[in-house]
Amino acid sequence: MTSIDTHQEPFRLGMLLNDTRYRSLTIQVFALAAFILATAWLVSNTVQNLSALGKDFSFTFLGSRAGYDISQTLVPYTNNSTHGRAALVGILNTILIAILGCALATVLGVLIGVLRLSGNWIVARIAAVYVEGFRNVPVLLWIIAIMAIITESAPAPSAFRGEEASASMLFGAFAVTNRGLYMPWPVLGPGWQLVVLTFLASLAAIVFLRRQARRRQEETGEILPIFWLGTGLFFVPVLLVDALLGGPITLDYPVLERFNFAGGGFVDKALLALWLALSLYTGSYIAEIVRAGILAVPRGQTEAASALGLRPRRVMSLVILPQALRVIVPPLISQYLNLTKNSSLAIAVGYMDVRATLGGITMNQTGRELECMLLLMGFYLLVSLGISSVMNWYNASVALKER
Amino acid sequence: MKHPIWIAATIAGGLAAGAASAQTLDAVKTNDVLKCGVNTGLAGFAGPDPNGRWVGFDVAFCRAMAAAVLGDQDKVQFVPLTGETRFTALASGEVDYLSRNTTWTLTRDVDLGFTFIGVNYYDGQGFIVPAELGVTSATELDGATVCIQTGTTTELNLADFFAANGISYDPVPIQTNSEALQQYQAGACDAYTTDASGLAASRATFENPDDHVILPEIISKEPLGPLVREGDDQWADIGRWVLNALIAAEEYGITAENAAEMAASSQNPEIRRLLGSESNLGEILGLEADWAVKAIQAQGNYGEIFAANIGEGTPINLARGLNAQWTDGGLMYSPPFR
Repeated sequence: MTSIDTHQEPFRLGMLLNDTRYRSLTIQVFALAAFILATAWLVSNTVQNLSALGKDFSFTFLGSRAGYDISQTLVPYTNNSTHGRAALVGILNTILIAILGCALATVLGVLIGVLRLSGNWIVARIAAVYVEGFRNVPVLLWIIAIMAIITESAPAPSAFRGEEASASMLFGAFAVTNRGLYMPWPVLGPGWQLVVLTFLASLAAIVFLRRQARRRQEETGEILPIFWLGTGLFFVPVLLVDALLGGPITLDYPVLERFNFAGGGFVDKALLALWLALSLYTGSYIAEIVRAGILAVPRGQTEAASALGLRPRRVMSLVILPQALRVIVPPLISQYLNLTKNSSLAIAVGYMDVRATLGGITMNQTGRELECMLLLMGFYLLVSLGISSVMNWYNASVALKER
Repeated sequence: MKHPIWIAATIAGGLAAGAASAQTLDAVKTNDVLKCGVNTGLAGFAGPDPNGRWVGFDVAFCRAMAAAVLGDQDKVQFVPLTGETRFTALASGEVDYLSRNTTWTLTRDVDLGFTFIGVNYYDGQGFIVPAELGVTSATELDGATVCIQTGTTTELNLADFFAANGISYDPVPIQTNSEALQQYQAGACDAYTTDASGLAASRATFENPDDHVILPEIISKEPLGPLVREGDDQWADIGRWVLNALIAAEEYGITAENAAEMAASSQNPEIRRLLGSESNLGEILGLEADWAVKAIQAQGNYGEIFAANIGEGTPINLARGLNAQWTDGGLMYSPPFR
């Protein structure tokens, strides 16, 4: 019986290349060195070129006066505010368009995705035309096209003037113009808190009611008319409290003045165009994702649900969609990220998102290209990571629970 | 062991930076083409003609520059830029010479790192409104929606003007002149504001120019001129003196047609120095002796360029006004050539 030779070969330099145990280490060290070298070269080159141009690297410009006006802001802003404030206005506008866009795109996507699988030939074809039409044209063109359609087809505010006005307000309250949508806006009088509290309470009651209804259905199989109860709870208590308090919340209606409608609320057409275009575009992708998700659920599930006597709509909402969600959600995250990043095309229609304020006018007026671009990239990175983590959390909650 | 890497990186970076800030003149001569930033389209100032050849007031200065440096006014690569992209394009070296109705301001000159090489058009910001609105003064625009080109000084002047007069407005920021005009003509904004020369140029392209009035208020000083990157004094000097040569040429009656003849026959020492028949001004600038002759022959002297593109008799129909020679009561004045 011979003993196994445990003698270890002494380490030689050549083994770094020849010995597979060390070779990968060598490659990694070289890759790291190359990476550090490249980064150092980029940084040094940038610093040298900046100093050659007589520019320093500083973010103090964020504290200086912006000097320009922004038409739609979610927080108070005047041209005396700082560039930092202008950037904040832009950030909020970006987040607004992202939330609005993701919401509408999801609704459209689910609807069209389901319709594309419809047994009705015409409906399915129309959905297919929508998907292919929007998916295969660059979103920038859609943004510009929708902007142009609003600009050219909607009436100017002056068309609402005079005895024989060629345009009139919807229900005397909404004015669709080629500048945007003018609409009534709530004005809060004394005691408005109570009305809002009532509203929040009825929302809580609706949630509670739905839970009760579900439990009851699981226990007894009895289905409560939850929709009508919910609708009643939604409107009745608020209107009642509002009437009892003598109407603390009133509506301010837009009124046509010399140039524009004044008063009420105003949604800029740039926001409308961008919102519609981004939603329709991303909606077409989401429709395909939804369709794929539904098709991924075995046909036997539908048949089994039908055999149980469920109606087609309930089959979809109770059996198919919950299972399809597992397939749908991961690619949906990418679409939300895409929509958010695509919102930086807002500049094409003059919507003042963060790309247009910080990365547009501020950058142009202060000449801080590098700083502004770094801030912008950081912002989009943060927002994207935020959306990802929220959606991943949601994905985990709908994922198949292994028991 | 990390030290050599850092040293190597610094050296490599230094070399690259050195190459990036090489003399613009040499680069232009090596490439045999002048990269010139111009407007994306403003009637009379910059735009392609029906044959696709770039023409206009701002374009003419690019051509004169190319003629002076490369001896051929067609050795220009025109890069159309919006108000927003122009400075980045110049700073990054995408263009060598920016002639795009750009206002000379202190911050642009100092903080943005550019050198303005002179003024080729003294302008001011004005408003255009449809005549049917019955507005006679910009101070009556309270509550109006105003279209502006974003990334310009007009944006800041507008904010200042309305704040100073205590009136409000709704700004609609737009990227290019043509998009702004589309919005304005569709009635999406009540007024459009930009440099008065731009307004006159745009109004000339309207179907019914008389349906639109340019309000009397000029709310700012807008000295428009070409600019180059800071830090290359030789290139800035060339740009400055090509512009001066065109202005001086008008003063001395040198035109595209008679420039060669004047160079040979003129007895005026200033003209002889300018046209390179005497002294060595071209050599000092790093150019050929006949640089000014070439520059003037390209598109004519300042007055000829003005008359051909935007002057009275063209659709733009701008009077010389402040832009007349100093001898005619204007502000166009070239320092002496000696």
